[in-house]
Amino acid sequence: MSLAPHLPALQVVLPLLTAPAAVLLRSGGAAFLLVTAAAWGAFAISLGLWQQTAGGEVISYAIGNWPPPWGIELRVDRLSAFVLVLVAGMAAVVLPYCRQSIEREIPRDQHYLFYAMFALCLTGLLGITITGDAFNIFVFLEISSLATYVLIALGRDRRALVAAYQYLIVGTIGATFIVIGIGLLYLTTGTLNLADIGTRLPQVSGERPVLAALAFLTVGICLKLALFPLHQWLPNAYTFAPSAVTAFLAATATKVSVYVLLRFYFSVFGESLVFDRLPLPGIMLLLSLAAMFVASAVAAFQDDLKRLLAYSSVAQIGYITLGLSFDSQSGLTATIVHLFNHGLTKGALFMLAGCLVAVAGGSGLARLAGIGRAMPVTAFGIVLGGLSLIGVPGTVGFVSKWYLVLAALEKGQWWLVMAIVGSSLLAVVYVWRFVEIAWFREPPAGLPADRRLPLSLQAPAWLLVAATVYFGLDASFTVGSAAAAAEQLLGMTR
Amino acid sequence: MKNDLVLRVVAKLFIPFILLFALYVQFHGELGPGGGFQAGVIAAAGVVLHALIFGLDAARRIVPERLVETMLAAGVLIYAGVGVAGLLLGGNFLDYFVLSGDPVYGQLRGIFWVEAGVFVTVSGVMLKIFYMFAARGRDEDGEEA
Repeated sequence: MSLAPHLPALQVVLPLLTAPAAVLLRSGGAAFLLVTAAAWGAFAISLGLWQQTAGGEVISYAIGNWPPPWGIELRVDRLSAFVLVLVAGMAAVVLPYCRQSIEREIPRDQHYLFYAMFALCLTGLLGITITGDAFNIFVFLEISSLATYVLIALGRDRRALVAAYQYLIVGTIGATFIVIGIGLLYLTTGTLNLADIGTRLPQVSGERPVLAALAFLTVGICLKLALFPLHQWLPNAYTFAPSAVTAFLAATATKVSVYVLLRFYFSVFGESLVFDRLPLPGIMLLLSLAAMFVASAVAAFQDDLKRLLAYSSVAQIGYITLGLSFDSQSGLTATIVHLFNHGLTKGALFMLAGCLVAVAGGSGLARLAGIGRAMPVTAFGIVLGGLSLIGVPGTVGFVSKWYLVLAALEKGQWWLVMAIVGSSLLAVVYVWRFVEIAWFREPPAGLPADRRLPLSLQAPAWLLVAATVYFGLDASFTVGSAAAAAEQLLGMTR
Repeated sequence: MKNDLVLRVVAKLFIPFILLFALYVQFHGELGPGGGFQAGVIAAAGVVLHALIFGLDAARRIVPERLVETMLAAGVLIYAGVGVAGLLLGGNFLDYFVLSGDPVYGQLRGIFWVEAGVFVTVSGVMLKIFYMFAARGRDEDGEEA
């Protein structure tokens, strides 16, 4: 028996199995080893899938041997394989960091439950990405969301409970909208298989339910991906969640939602309906620009490092959706590549921020005054990540913005190039705010003398910083995969 | 309510039938209305009734917290285990056809074990939720009983 044809199922089942196993083990250490091993296994599987689909093949896997469109289909193409690599890779890097990080933030008797929740969250995110079934997307979305609410609520600040509750309300509204949209699609086409819906939609006579489905799905998914002005849940959730959780969510959760949006737009509704006949590109463009400018400006006024980075995430999501609004292959390439690049950058930044929190005891900028002199290496890493947010050449942020600018020029829209550069200047402002506080203020007297950090906190964070620079210099993997995925996605549409 | 004779007698009469009905709903699930979820809820309701009449501690002696937590994890493992079994026997994930030489019997066997997993998890979760709410304000102080 060979495992190779079963890789799509194992991609989801491997982390899924470890969640209940972690609960049964009742030991934080054993659960840590198990879930980490599963995450690395999932990463290896995702790389295998990426390799199998790189040539443009689409892998289809029938769960329970019920052929699609009747049974549930797992479907891997270039785009989903690329997102799978990001999600599983981030889990594999963040989990080793978790051990020391949650040791400082979460009571020890809850550790095994933390790892069970982490495994479920990973299962959900991988499942959303790999499934080819509309209702299955909703189910996995709920699995990952429910696990996320718990993970956020575990933050040691009591406000984490309010943040998790706020996200629960907003996330549930988003999920309800998504399920209403899927219900309308099922009503009009009589099928739940994404590819099957896509082929049947053109023959549907009444158009109104389809438009309603599109509207519900767009709003619901945009709530989950925190598109301005639907981002209100994000800053609190990122600020008060445990550092390791913030790093994982910031790198993966909103990115998977972007993937769902792309999947519905291009594989289900089709480019012509979404982009040619509806004013959606204009709306998307407007909201993206608003996110880039408003959220960056708001970030500059924050007095908490994690909240500053959270607002920066909202701004960076603006770049991702900006590429989508161009409706061109280069724009889509920029979207997909920035999804990956921003995941790397934010993962690195939040992990390094977690290192500072571990020493300084909090992420308030007042507490971090002079931290650049006390912990020069870690603070330098944050500046490197900040350079990537700005888009300085040599970092992944530059690669993304380069392709965004190319896409804008292709459309002949010079003013958009100015807007991209202008919002990058705002990023300079908020990154400089950290630099100023970290280096040009006197360190407070209260900093502990022992500022050494365990290797398991530093190594994963620096691995991501290194990836930020590496993929900024050699973008063949990221841009190559993204361009190929964009080509395949556009080829699917009518 | 421990001191109310009528309630005690009626509860003692009812609980065995509730549990028996849960098993009927469980095993009749693939033929009529029912299945693992409903049966799990009914079985948990039997224990909840016991807790309401005889007190939370009495219920915890019969079905301890630890068993409940094991149940809610074990059910998921049983369900996923059926899927992996199908995979190991040469089929796809959750493929019931290969679970037995006769495909129809394989389907029956697969459904049986999957529903068993659902039953175990659902009754575990129901009891866990009930225990947590019932214990609130009693053993507060952050101590889990």
